[in-house]
Amino acid sequence: MVGGFRWAAMFPDEVWEHVFSFLPADADRNAAALVCRAWYRIERRSRWRVFVGNCYAVEPAAAVRRFPEVRAAAIKGKPHFADFNLVPSDWGGGAEAWVEAMAEGWPHLEELRLKRMVVSDDCLELIARCFKNFKVLSLVSCEGFSTAGLAAIAANCRNLRELDLHENEVEDNCLHWMSHFPESFASLVTLNIACLEGEVNVSVLERLIGRCPNLKTLRLNHSVPLERLVGLLHRVPQLVDLGTGKFAAQHHPELFSKLESAIAGCKNLKSLSGFWEAGPTYLPAIYSVCEGLTSLNLSYATLQGPELIKLISRCKNLQRLWVMDLIEDDGLIAVAASCKLLQELRVFPSDPYGAAQPISLTEHGLVAISAGCPMLHSVLYFCRQMTNAALLTVAKNCPNFTCFRLCIMEPHTPDYITRQPLDAGFSAIVESCKHLRRLSLSGLLTDLVFKSIGASANCLEMLSVAFAGDGDAGLHYILSGCKNLRKLEIRDCPFGDKPLLDNAAKLETMRSLWMSSCSVTLGACRQLARKMPLLNVEVINERKRGLPLELQPDNCPVEKLYIYRTVAGPRSDTPSCVWILR
Amino acid sequence: MEAAGESLRDTELRLGLPGTDAPEKPASTVTRGGKRALPEDDEDGYAKSNKSSEEEEQGEGDLCCQEPPAAKAQVVGWPPIRSYRKNSLHARKVEGEAAGLYVKVSMDGAPYLRKIDLKVYKGYKELREALDDMFKCFSLGEFPRKEGCSGSEYAITYEDKDGDLMLVGDVPWEMFISSCRRLRIMKGSEARGLGSRH
Repeated sequence: MVGGFRWAAMFPDEVWEHVFSFLPADADRNAAALVCRAWYRIERRSRWRVFVGNCYAVEPAAAVRRFPEVRAAAIKGKPHFADFNLVPSDWGGGAEAWVEAMAEGWPHLEELRLKRMVVSDDCLELIARCFKNFKVLSLVSCEGFSTAGLAAIAANCRNLRELDLHENEVEDNCLHWMSHFPESFASLVTLNIACLEGEVNVSVLERLIGRCPNLKTLRLNHSVPLERLVGLLHRVPQLVDLGTGKFAAQHHPELFSKLESAIAGCKNLKSLSGFWEAGPTYLPAIYSVCEGLTSLNLSYATLQGPELIKLISRCKNLQRLWVMDLIEDDGLIAVAASCKLLQELRVFPSDPYGAAQPISLTEHGLVAISAGCPMLHSVLYFCRQMTNAALLTVAKNCPNFTCFRLCIMEPHTPDYITRQPLDAGFSAIVESCKHLRRLSLSGLLTDLVFKSIGASANCLEMLSVAFAGDGDAGLHYILSGCKNLRKLEIRDCPFGDKPLLDNAAKLETMRSLWMSSCSVTLGACRQLARKMPLLNVEVINERKRGLPLELQPDNCPVEKLYIYRTVAGPRSDTPSCVWILR
Repeated sequence: MEAAGESLRDTELRLGLPGTDAPEKPASTVTRGGKRALPEDDEDGYAKSNKSSEEEEQGEGDLCCQEPPAAKAQVVGWPPIRSYRKNSLHARKVEGEAAGLYVKVSMDGAPYLRKIDLKVYKGYKELREALDDMFKCFSLGEFPRKEGCSGSEYAITYEDKDGDLMLVGDVPWEMFISSCRRLRIMKGSEARGLGSRH
């Protein structure tokens, strides 16, 4: 310090803590912690929320030690491509190590959010027992637990406010888990059980939500019949976010009008989802709340275009829309005309594998939305054809994109009019959208697109690439550019050793890199591991033929490669198909 | 009493709650719980993606746009749809196919019957057009273009799940397809008694 003056001592620690409390972003707190020892000490004692983007980047005990006052933790496990079955099921991402360390060092933990982790019932029981003031449990894309584990949570977490289960694989072995909520329990604000497969005891649920006056979010699973939805809604008219159960039943005018009035009674509804098996019969029952909706998820409903148009045209304040491609171009044109506040659009394929009746969802729909919705910033779009011209138009219309994910379903599909690669189109996107943080590519692409991305995508944090590129240059452009890149995932691209080794240092600035079905050899991985001690270089080889990996020659091709930075060294829970090179 | 609209699937014994499908293969990932299988065991019989085999040379092969091949090998994990969503789609698709609304269609005077899938049509108009198409080869006369049978030789009727003979067109389409068990194209003279929408 200048002249040896310990300026941090100008104020008592509490003042600095108060100052730091105005730094919500972890990045800012991290930066503050590096200024001087005093700030490091003060900051770590006052941080109460941690986010661990890769559960293997740090030892759980080390994290717990450094931040002793944590109340809320969020941890992510498996690489993103695990969502698409590319990661072996036994790869790792187990939550025990973390839960045990937290139970030990953070007894006051209130919130735990886990994503893509393997969470056992034992973990859930530990959580239920050890955290006396536990309030929020959020499990997203997790697996390994059952409704018996949920019963433990229900029985023991007296102050639970949120139970948010999103797209998990949950074994159903305890039918009456919800009955384990004590009669005195009344603190629920969020209950999301949409992913549960089994039957739900609706009467128990009715009583539960009936005594929770603060319930704002209720997402049911597909087993809850439409008739019972009426009764449930009567008990929670204050609901803001509703996920219906099965949204189909025999046509009964009486049920229709009951449903209609029950829904209309929920005057604060802003978000609707669920709609399993929805048909046109009961859809009009929700018309009364459409004007107030900001979020609508119809992506599990195989409603046809005309029905969708009738519904969505009423949703003038919609900000987020998730829908199936059955909406077709016409439907999207209608959305563009009606939903001027739209910020996020996701269009999912109704028939990704089959050759069913062709759906008329093309680049025209995307262009229409880009033209009609000035606040659009996040898109996920599955389609079967695209042109550079369309992408250029979209890029011009929407310079504010933060997330652009386009999936043209057939790999290597060119511009269907010019038969050219889609380099120009995607380049236009990255050049125009200066705040783009997330990008997924598809279609026929050469190294040229990567040149543009490397040069222009300065805010890009996550890039997903599949079936693209000509050779090493493509990967080199990305790794030598994209200065904010954190996550890179690549599959089926002809990228080899050279760009990896030439840009080894870059990998330490990123959270992780996934490469599968590319042209990387074992030798390069070994070199990389030797050169970069702060990286875990995981080679995944599921077909265990021939020699063990240690004895394989350098030119042995690597099927799947996962590289991530870590201060924890090699993990100890690798399955037999994973080798960590040192 | 159960009508001719059933497909073979309905007579199969299956495990599982009504309305859910059973795994196509044993111990596969299909829909519920449990671990994901290795790609080779993937439920839809996906082939491994073509780059991953060590037997292959690194030849680029036909990376350009593909002409529609006869039988497309599906690639693991592509298109990138979450397992959760994929499973929901699959469950519904199988359900939908199982419940496929195939009903027999007979026409008075025609030598044989036909079968149609009611789910394919969006409404009455399409149904009439399809039936017209199907039966015009019998050159047995004009089809009723509008509801009712006034002025034409034939009426389209159906047998509902109570076994009653009903005139097509009275009830909402959704209700119709859920209660229709078979169709019968009736000679006008017989149909007169069914009344109409005058």
